[in-house]
Amino acid sequence: MSDTGHSLNGGWRVRDMASRARRAPSSRTDTAFRGFTIACSLFIALLMLGITIALVEGSWESMREFGLSFLWTSDWDINKGVYGALTPMIGTLTTTLIAMGIALPLALVIALLLVELVHPVAARIIGTAVEMLAAIPSIIYGMWGLFVLVPIMQAHVIPWLQSTPLGQIPWLLGGPPLGVGILTAGLILAFMVLPFITAVSRDVLRMVPTVTKEAGYGMGATTWEVTRKVSFRYGFGGFVGATFIGLGRAFGETMAVAYVIGNSFTIPESIIAPGTTFASAIANQFPEAVGLQKAALMELGLILFLVTIVFQLIAQLWLGYVNKKVGIR
Amino acid sequence: MREPTTEVSTAEPQSQATVVPPRIEVDDVTQAGQERHSDLEVKMSVRNLDFWYGKSQALFDNSIDYYQNRVTAIIGPSGCGKSTHIRCLNRIYELYRDHKASGEIVLDGNNVLGSGVDVLDVRRRVGMIFQKPSPFPMTVFENIAYGLKLFYKLNRSELRDRVEDALRRAALWDEVKDKLNEPGTGLSGGQQQRLCIARTIATEPEVVLMDEPCSAIDPIATGKIEDLIEELKHQYTILIVTHNMQQAARVSEYTAFFFQGYIVEFGETTKLFSNPDQKQTEDYITGRFG
Ligand SMILES: Nc1ncnc2c1ncn2[C@@H]1O[C@H](COP(=O)(O)OP(=O)(O)O)[C@@H](O)[C@H]1O
Ligand SMILES: [Mg+2]
Repeated sequence: MSDTGHSLNGGWRVRDMASRARRAPSSRTDTAFRGFTIACSLFIALLMLGITIALVEGSWESMREFGLSFLWTSDWDINKGVYGALTPMIGTLTTTLIAMGIALPLALVIALLLVELVHPVAARIIGTAVEMLAAIPSIIYGMWGLFVLVPIMQAHVIPWLQSTPLGQIPWLLGGPPLGVGILTAGLILAFMVLPFITAVSRDVLRMVPTVTKEAGYGMGATTWEVTRKVSFRYGFGGFVGATFIGLGRAFGETMAVAYVIGNSFTIPESIIAPGTTFASAIANQFPEAVGLQKAALMELGLILFLVTIVFQLIAQLWLGYVNKKVGIR
Repeated sequence: MREPTTEVSTAEPQSQATVVPPRIEVDDVTQAGQERHSDLEVKMSVRNLDFWYGKSQALFDNSIDYYQNRVTAIIGPSGCGKSTHIRCLNRIYELYRDHKASGEIVLDGNNVLGSGVDVLDVRRRVGMIFQKPSPFPMTVFENIAYGLKLFYKLNRSELRDRVEDALRRAALWDEVKDKLNEPGTGLSGGQQQRLCIARTIATEPEVVLMDEPCSAIDPIATGKIEDLIEELKHQYTILIVTHNMQQAARVSEYTAFFFQGYIVEFGETTKLFSNPDQKQTEDYITGRFG
C-alpha cells in the first residue's frame, strides 16, 4: 500500500545514503550507479518538461482568449464560449482544506496510538485496518460516497450541522441540504488521504530515538509532554511532508470527487453547496470537449500540474530547512 | 510510607551492617583520615531489589546505600545489570510493559517503588544522564528550558537566568553562549553530554544517575565531565556507571561491583580497588575477566 507514503520516507533514506556514498571512496560500481541515477533524474526532468509543453500547447487558445483573467473569472459557459477557473479553484481549495482539516489531526492521533499508546497487537490490527483504506480504488470511494455517504449527509449530518450555532453562518452552511457538495467531497477525501498521512506519521514517530524519548521521560515529563515537545518536534519535518503528500493526493483526486461534488460551475454559496474541482471538471467534460472548451480544460490541467509541482518544491525546501533548524541529521 | 525493614536511616550509628548484602564482610573503616560510613547521610537506599525482563531475571536481591554528596561508581562486566539497576532508581524501566521490579528503593524515607508515588516527581528528583548524548531536537536554550518549563512557572528573564545558571554549572556556558539558538545536536559529543547534564541539573534534582556518560566521547571531553562530577557532588548525590576502572578510581568515593545481577561488593573506592574482599572483585579489577 501507500506507494506515495513509502516513497517519502524512502526518499529520505535514499538521500541519506547518497550523501554517505559521496563520502565513501568511490569505486567502479559507484560511478556506474551515479551515472544511472543521473540518467534517471534527467529522464524525469525531461518528462516533466514534455508534459508542461504539451499542456501549454493544448491550452494555448484559451490563454490567448482569456489571458490571466482566466484565473479570477467564474463564468463557464459552453454556449457563450467563455471560461474561467475560479469555481474549480475554490472547489479544489475548499475540499482540500476540509479533507486536511479532518484527516491531519485524526492521522496524528492514530499514529500516536499505534506507536506509543496501545498494545502492539492492537496496534497491528488498527494499523492494518487503516492501511486497507489506501488499497480501496478511488472509484469505489466515489460509489460508496454517492450511494451511502450522500444520503446520510443529506438526511442527518447536514441538517444537524445547520441546527448548531454554526448553521447560522450563511456562507458556511447556508442553502438546501443536497447531500452532494463540497463538504461531502472533502469528507470522502479525508478518508482517502488518511491512510497516507497516518502511515508517514507513524513512520516518523517510530524514528524518534528511544534514548531521546527516555531522556524526556527522565526529566519527569508525561507521555503527552514528551510526545508534544520531543516526538512531534523531532517528527515535525516529517509531518509537514505527510501533509504535503495528503495535499497532493487531495488536490488531484478525481473520480471520488467527481461522484459526490455535484459538478456545478457556479461559485458555491456555502460548503454544503455543489461545486467542482480542477480534476473533476476535467474528468466530466473532457471526453466531449472541443475547441476553446478543450483548451480551457487543458489550462485547468496545466494549473493543477504546476500547483502540484510548486507544492512539492515548497515541501522539499521546507523539510530541508526545518530539519536543519532542529538539527535532525 | 516507611516500612519497618528500612533500618538504614542516618540516625543508626552502625548502619553499615545493613548497607551491603549479608554475605559480604563490611570493611570497618576507621583508619585515620578516612571517613566513617556512619557520618554520612544516606540519600537513597535499595533493599532486596529484584528485576525481570519478562521472565528473565536480571537483578537479584540488590541492597545498597547511596550516600549524600558522594559519588558512587558502579562497575562490573558488561551485561551484569548496571544499567538495569540504575534504571530502577528513577522508575524509567516502567516505560516498558514487561519490565518489572520488586523490592524497595527508599529516597528520603519514601519507597520510590511504592504505589501512590508521584513518578514524575521521582524522575525530577532523580535525574538521569544516558550513555549516548541525547539532546532534544531543539535549540541549546530550549533544551535546558524544556525541563524548567515542566516544573516551574517562569517569566522570560527568569528562564534566561536559570538556563544560563545551569549551563554555567555544567561548565558549558562559555562554549555555547553564542550558540543558544542553534540546534543542541550541532554541538560536539562532549558538549552534548554536558548539555544533557545542564538540562538535568537545571531542574534541581537531588540524585544524578549517569550511565556510562563518557563511553561515547573523547578523552579530553571525558576529563571535563570528570571535573564536572567533582564539582557537582557538592550539591548532588551522584551514581556513575562506568566501564573504566581508572575513571571509577578518579571520580568516586564509593564503588559497587556488580556481577551477574548481584552486588558482589560495595565499599570505599580506595579499599575496593586496593584490597577487595571478594575473589570475583579482585579478578575483575585485575582484568582477569570482563
Ligand atoms: N530490554 C531488555 N530486554 C531483555 N533483556 C535485557 C534488556 N536490557 C538488558 N537486558 C539483559 O539484562 C542483563 C543486564 O543488562 P544491563 O543492565 O544492560 O547490563 P550492563 O548495563 O551492566 O551492561 C543482560 O543480560 C541483558 O542482556
Ligand atoms: Mg549498560
